[in-house]
Amino acid sequence: MISDLLHSLPQVLVDGLTLGAVYAVVAIGYTLVYGILELINFAHGEIFMSGAFIGTAVMLMFESAGWLGAMPGWLAYMLIMAAAMLVTGLMGVGIERVAYRPLRSAPKLISLISAIGVSFFLQDLVRFIAELSTGSYLISSSTLYNDNLQLRVSKLGGSLGDAFLKTNTVILIVVAVLLMVGLDLFVKRTKWGIAMRAVAQDRETAALMSINVNKVIALTFFIGSALGGATGVLFAQQYGTVDPFIGYVLGIKAFTAAVLGGIGSIRGAMFGGLFIGMVEMFASANLGVLTSGNFGGEYKDVFAFAILIVVLIFKPEGLFGKAVKEKV
Amino acid sequence: MGMKKVWIASMAVMLAAGLLAACGNNGGSDKKIIKIASQSPLSGGSSVQGEAIKLGAQMALEERKAEFEKLGFDLQFTPYDDQADPKKGVANAETIAADKQIMAIVGHMNSGVAIPSSVVYDKYGIPMVSPSNTATEVTDRKLKVVNRIVARDDFQGPAAAQYAVNTVGAKNIFVIQDKTAYGQGLADAFKSEAEKLGATIAGYEAITIGEKDFNGVITQILSKKPDFIFFGGLYAEAGQIVKQARDKGVTAPIMGGDGIDTAGMVEVAGDKVVGTLYTSVSTDITKTDAGKAWADAYKQKFGKNVDGYSAYAYDCMNLILNALKEAIEANDGDLPTREQVRDQVRATKDFEGMATKVTFDDKGDNAYAKVFVYEFKAASYPGSLISEVSK
Repeated sequence: MISDLLHSLPQVLVDGLTLGAVYAVVAIGYTLVYGILELINFAHGEIFMSGAFIGTAVMLMFESAGWLGAMPGWLAYMLIMAAAMLVTGLMGVGIERVAYRPLRSAPKLISLISAIGVSFFLQDLVRFIAELSTGSYLISSSTLYNDNLQLRVSKLGGSLGDAFLKTNTVILIVVAVLLMVGLDLFVKRTKWGIAMRAVAQDRETAALMSINVNKVIALTFFIGSALGGATGVLFAQQYGTVDPFIGYVLGIKAFTAAVLGGIGSIRGAMFGGLFIGMVEMFASANLGVLTSGNFGGEYKDVFAFAILIVVLIFKPEGLFGKAVKEKV
Repeated sequence: MGMKKVWIASMAVMLAAGLLAACGNNGGSDKKIIKIASQSPLSGGSSVQGEAIKLGAQMALEERKAEFEKLGFDLQFTPYDDQADPKKGVANAETIAADKQIMAIVGHMNSGVAIPSSVVYDKYGIPMVSPSNTATEVTDRKLKVVNRIVARDDFQGPAAAQYAVNTVGAKNIFVIQDKTAYGQGLADAFKSEAEKLGATIAGYEAITIGEKDFNGVITQILSKKPDFIFFGGLYAEAGQIVKQARDKGVTAPIMGGDGIDTAGMVEVAGDKVVGTLYTSVSTDITKTDAGKAWADAYKQKFGKNVDGYSAYAYDCMNLILNALKEAIEANDGDLPTREQVRDQVRATKDFEGMATKVTFDDKGDNAYAKVFVYEFKAASYPGSLISEVSK
């Protein structure tokens, strides 16, 4: 049994890191908005999905225009990412302006319902556009950097097996890490980052310190949504096919990751995402082996959520969250 | 406004003319009219297949018009559009029941429409022969009027297992399913038959519908090293599994059921689809010379290529007409009752059709129904017919 686990370990780590990186960047979008507005932006999963669709659409456009062969792959990749980030970022700002700002002084529950409404709206809007233009909502595009690599871990000795991955897997992990490091630096080092943290801490006082609160909130939505959209492109390139419902399950898992890490904490979201991705992949590859076939890989989500519940029982603020005293 | 009135008026005139013409026909001919109806979706998403069923049936009927003329009957074809909607199917069934000249029905295309509609047929004793219903419930209710000439859903899994074990020689099989009634049912049927045939099941795993990353399951496949993989589920997940498995260097053949018998499978899996196997209840009619000639005649007559169920509908109609003829003969050349035709249809034995041979059992299932195995030899749909499995 142990040798089985060891044999699949390198593969599980690679796949878990890939999925975890996607969860982590999406989780950051949840945590940023929560930190600043104490609102769970349930539409964020759909922003991620929209990013995947925009990326795929631009890709198909390049393909039909014959530009894909004419430009180097990295340039196409960057153009697609930039287009998706810009559009999803603006979408995020627009959603905040239309669906959340008018409700900012209303009870929290009202904004939450508004968020769920936006999420359904986006799902069906994308499905409508996709079906109208292609006749099917399941859209496939060609992918860049598609060649397969093999990590010869087995040469290290022991009973470790080889790991297989695509070049795009490496790109996905590297880009996700760059996005996360960039965001961390932005929030910690720049003027706007400091303003964001100030608004998160105390909106009224920040406003008194001549910070334009509305602008900062709009910026937060732009950054969070652009990150989600960029992840969507990475996801679409990794799996080749997108549908309007990919944001739903993935959004819930990324939200879970944010809660696990401590919602409101950016580093917590990164850790939570990677952790959930790893646990999920480990469980789906090994649960059957561990329980000698009684519980198969289909229980992977139960496994991940059980860990979440245990963590929340002992540390309700999440692993990296700060316990906030209720203001009286 | 003016246009609308003109439109309505012209429609009214046309309707009146049509009625008059119909009356004239009735009065002028002394031959007794026998009508055979078809019920299939002629509009909506599956209208291509539904139209094929109508045309296949129409072709058979027109070929044999003269034969019935000699017996003193005027054979007519009345197609109905069930819109793939159970409500519409039942409403049509009531209309058909009220038209006493209709003796039998070719259809339906969808099991979900056939099941409620056949209750009405049963009440009035009108036999139906379906060219495409596969759901087990269609005939398991043991209605005297319901017959089908294709295989049942619960034969597909075992047939796939027979192909995997007996033809491919699989000994160590990994089974994946998607936790839906269809996927799990198919995978379970495959698994128990494969075990009965002496293969070991290396693993039995489930995936979640709607997800895109199945690397966990594929890692298991990598460590179990099976020589055959069966997936019970639909093309969106099957396509990803095939793609991700090939990316990871899994070379074992992957097989699925009719859930991946669609162009969508090729779209999702791309070039990696090559070598993937699937089962289907319909044959490739152009494989035989006779079938090829028939397909050409069909094309010439209707200007359309044959679809999967065209030949099956053709067989259904011929089978019905044979039964009708026997019922007429048994009735000393007089018009038989619907019940006589119904019993004669059920009594069909060793009927040699274009697509399939038919003998009905006591439930109305075809004892000669086969499951056909296809392979994607190139990244294009449909795949090539490579084998067939009979009961």
